[in-house]
Amino acid sequence: MEPLSNKRKVVDNKPLNFWERAYLPAIAQGLAITMKHFFRKPVTISYPEEKREFSENFRGMHSLKRDENGKERCTACGLCALSCPAEAITMTAAERQPGEENLYREEKYAAVYEINMLRCIFCGLCEEACPKEAIYLDGDIVPSDYLRKDFIYGKDKLVEAPLNP
Amino acid sequence: MELADIIVKFILVVIIFAISLVIAMYSTYAERKIAAFFQDRIGPNRAGPWGLLQPLADGGKMFLKEEIIPTNASSFLFIVGPSLAIMTACIGSAVIPWGQKLTIGAHVIDLQVADINVGILYVFGVVSLGVYGVMIGGWASNNKYSLLGAIRAASQNISYEISMGLSIIALLLITGTLSLRQIAEQQHSWHWNVLSQPVGFILFLICAFAETNRTPFDLPECETELVGGYHTEYSSMKLGFYLFAEYINMFISSAVMVTLYWGAYNYPFMDWMAAHIGTNGAVILGVTLMFAKIFLFIFFFMWVRWTIPRFRYDQLMDLGWKILIPIAIANIVVTGIVITLINR
Repeated sequence: MEPLSNKRKVVDNKPLNFWERAYLPAIAQGLAITMKHFFRKPVTISYPEEKREFSENFRGMHSLKRDENGKERCTACGLCALSCPAEAITMTAAERQPGEENLYREEKYAAVYEINMLRCIFCGLCEEACPKEAIYLDGDIVPSDYLRKDFIYGKDKLVEAPLNP
Repeated sequence: MELADIIVKFILVVIIFAISLVIAMYSTYAERKIAAFFQDRIGPNRAGPWGLLQPLADGGKMFLKEEIIPTNASSFLFIVGPSLAIMTACIGSAVIPWGQKLTIGAHVIDLQVADINVGILYVFGVVSLGVYGVMIGGWASNNKYSLLGAIRAASQNISYEISMGLSIIALLLITGTLSLRQIAEQQHSWHWNVLSQPVGFILFLICAFAETNRTPFDLPECETELVGGYHTEYSSMKLGFYLFAEYINMFISSAVMVTLYWGAYNYPFMDWMAAHIGTNGAVILGVTLMFAKIFLFIFFFMWVRWTIPRFRYDQLMDLGWKILIPIAIANIVVTGIVITLINR
């Protein structure tokens, strides 16, 4: 059969010669190789002080966006929850009261918006489904925690910091 | 012996004891760090600056762990094992000359605990006692892995002690004395024994690896076959003592190799240095250089550990009996012939 790659090697079982059997030259060779690694720059990245650079389209923790006036974009339509294959998103809608126009862009907003980070698979379908450009997976890696209940992130963790606090 | 001499000796003993323990402690740190560098990693760096407090953290952990003595183990011998291992490791340093004599006022301080005329034999005796710690511990555990590890350790140490002794005989033909102090004095400035006994040194080095159970001869504790080897059943500080004894042994055997072959505290141009910076300054420089050489050897032990895989058991025995012993005997014969020809 024709070889499929150039990696084919004919095995030869010829006995080792004297220097190969003496073993010490081979050890010296091995020591030289490991010494080369001794002076090589370590590949370790000391997470969390140091972070590997993420790619452009990395999908991390979600954030709920505000518009250019600092109002929350989300209108609690529920399309993100509907599109979520892992069923990680729940929300409760509420009506905007007079005087809250500077907080919410539309008449309806999400009073409660929760994402279970243990269920989320970071597929980004919520991002795609959102008609208001309100949710983006542009955050960091979700940090670890001790209790399951602490992985259910509410609006306090998800909503972007206000523009003019 | 005067009281002052006894006090000086006592202080020296305490210092050497402390130094061996600290070096053993920081060998564990160095081993982890060096292993990391050889594998392109960083190694422990969380406890203290650069992880320098790591050995303390490890020691504290060892002390606080639960101590378990298996029900079916022979509880007295189970405790004797690690005690013997650490004791024999610690007393080996008694005959090693750390430097020339210091002169402070009218006092002459000998930087060696005991200048006995059979120094090498003492070292050999202590080293062969060390295997009892492993044997007793492995047997008392009442565990087949421990027992197998202990048997391996015993047979390996006995096999390699023979070629170690034979490689020393060739050296003794040249030096004509067993006292480590005199051997050290004979290697003044650059007349190091490794220049006249290169083969003997390589044999001794290989045997030292086997005696200290370091890779590639770490069969008594090979994880892949014997779980933990002879210390499978050990926990807490008793395990710590076994591991500690291994590192002290490494330090002592490095010191012995430096004393016998690499000129102990001697260095080229030492007379010139003594004339320029004073006798005591030259002595202290010699001590420093001796420790530098010892650290180089410890580094070499670790370097080899992270390079070479472990031998198979039959290969180990083949190497010990069929290769090292014949070479050692040939070395003795050749050395004898050369000495006879030179002295004629």
